[in-house]
Amino acid sequence: MSQASMAASVPDPQPDPDATPATNTRSAGRFLYVSGVVLLCAWVIVPIYFLMINTLSSPETVNSFPKPFFPEFDLGSLTFFAGFAGMLSALKNSVLVAGMTMVMSIVIGAPAGYALSRFEFRGKGTFRLLILLTRAFPLPLLALPLAVMFIRTGLDDTALGLALVHTTLAIPFSVLITFSLFSGIPIELEEAAWTLGCTRLTAFQKVVLPLILPGITASAIFAFVISWNEVFAAAVLTIENRTLTAFLLQNLDTSPLHLKFAGGFILVVPALIFIFAVRKYLFAMWGIANR
Amino acid sequence: MNARILPYVLILPVTLFLCVFFLYPFVLVAKQAFSTGACFTMENFREVTTYWKFPISMRNTLLLAAAVVPIQLALSLLMATMVTRMQKGRDLVLYIWTIPLGISDLAAGLIWLAIFEQSGFLNTMMNGLGVVDKPVNFLSYQHPGVVFLAIALAEIWRATAIMLVILVAGIGLIPKEYYEAAEVFGASPWKRFLRITLPMLRPSLQTALVLRVILAFEIFAVVAALGGTLFPVLMGETYAYQFDLLNSGAAAAMALIILAISIGFTLIILRVLRVPKGASI
Repeated sequence: MSQASMAASVPDPQPDPDATPATNTRSAGRFLYVSGVVLLCAWVIVPIYFLMINTLSSPETVNSFPKPFFPEFDLGSLTFFAGFAGMLSALKNSVLVAGMTMVMSIVIGAPAGYALSRFEFRGKGTFRLLILLTRAFPLPLLALPLAVMFIRTGLDDTALGLALVHTTLAIPFSVLITFSLFSGIPIELEEAAWTLGCTRLTAFQKVVLPLILPGITASAIFAFVISWNEVFAAAVLTIENRTLTAFLLQNLDTSPLHLKFAGGFILVVPALIFIFAVRKYLFAMWGIANR
Repeated sequence: MNARILPYVLILPVTLFLCVFFLYPFVLVAKQAFSTGACFTMENFREVTTYWKFPISMRNTLLLAAAVVPIQLALSLLMATMVTRMQKGRDLVLYIWTIPLGISDLAAGLIWLAIFEQSGFLNTMMNGLGVVDKPVNFLSYQHPGVVFLAIALAEIWRATAIMLVILVAGIGLIPKEYYEAAEVFGASPWKRFLRITLPMLRPSLQTALVLRVILAFEIFAVVAALGGTLFPVLMGETYAYQFDLLNSGAAAAMALIILAISIGFTLIILRVLRVPKGASI
């Protein structure tokens, strides 16, 4: 762990005139540390860059050999993707399902998060356990029995049916994130509002809600990403109204390379943006969830 | 509304929702697995476990988990310690390292397909370096080792981020005073890592490992994108029972088997990494 001793010292890029062996080891450690960080960043980015080259090249280039290492900015693959039968409606379904999941998981989850942060009540421990339990189960498997249940209730092959399953996936997260967000707002603020004549509801609206809104948005985005990325339940529960992941999965054997890569890229882009949007909240949320 | 009823009113929606879409389906899946028609039977389990692909897909799933999870643990610990010592550019580096968190397993499979397929980037690089004369079809039955490697790399690439996030959050909870005290007594950075970080991080390690191991047994889309039928795994077989063979009883039995393995490993991890009472921060 030479990088640790390095970071503790004063960062000094200029070579020291009276360098001792100790500072030499330190600058060697510094070099190792920085190159490690750079290498790990490259490990994450370079594969995505390769996918981007394939997406922004013409179908002929994608299927040819050898591959260029720079994109030729040809929209052929993406045009082919957009024109492929069923692809755009799959994209629309994905957005629709993810949007519904986002709304439902917040509307259902946030009140529970508020209850956990503000009240002591009997059964609180059991309730938290139930929430944690859902996170520790292979949830997509639930799609199998639900497929039967949905046929009976007419929810089969609908966006709402799939969104309900995805909400089950997202709800433990939305409860835990909102729990940690509400815990971060001192109850004194609410109490002050009550003494100034607010009811519980108006105090919540006027004091808590404005403070919590960015965090709630982050948690909603997280729910969107969970639904957007889910493959197994989507493939099991939809037949005609496939989502993008289910559609790509179903056509893996038959679709040409440029279609796969363009589809993969379309899946990746929102993820890049959304993770950027919620990056501040990722760590806070897991910090509280661990306790 | 009074403060005694209010919390129950607030948690009611979640509780109802989870009963209908979490607990009830579990009852259903168990019922489906243990019955053909009306009576109780083990027929479904007998059918799936005696199928020739079952031992292979079981072995593949376990082998993959055994190869991937320890590497991810080591890598995420390394990244987490690197990032806590960082002064400049911490936010940017953390953002880059957590990008895969938002990427679906299917997309991750396709990303690595771009590298490993016959006209892909690995072949291009090897050709450029003169290692091979013409592109090799890596993802075929002649190269089972490469298929395994590609799937393992895609999994490591994609799913290390979730462990990293949990561990970084966990390290953030460790009081700085512990490190300062250790430094006063002359503990080396390596000692500090072994004696403070690792033990204090136990709850986070627990969460990270449980979550990661469960997801490792659920591996499906990465394999579908890279290996196809070359590398059968449990979840893929479950999907095949449901869709290609239209045998939902057998699919339910597979689901219960995956569930049993997940619970078994969760209990083992919780036991091995148990946190002594009162010792948490």
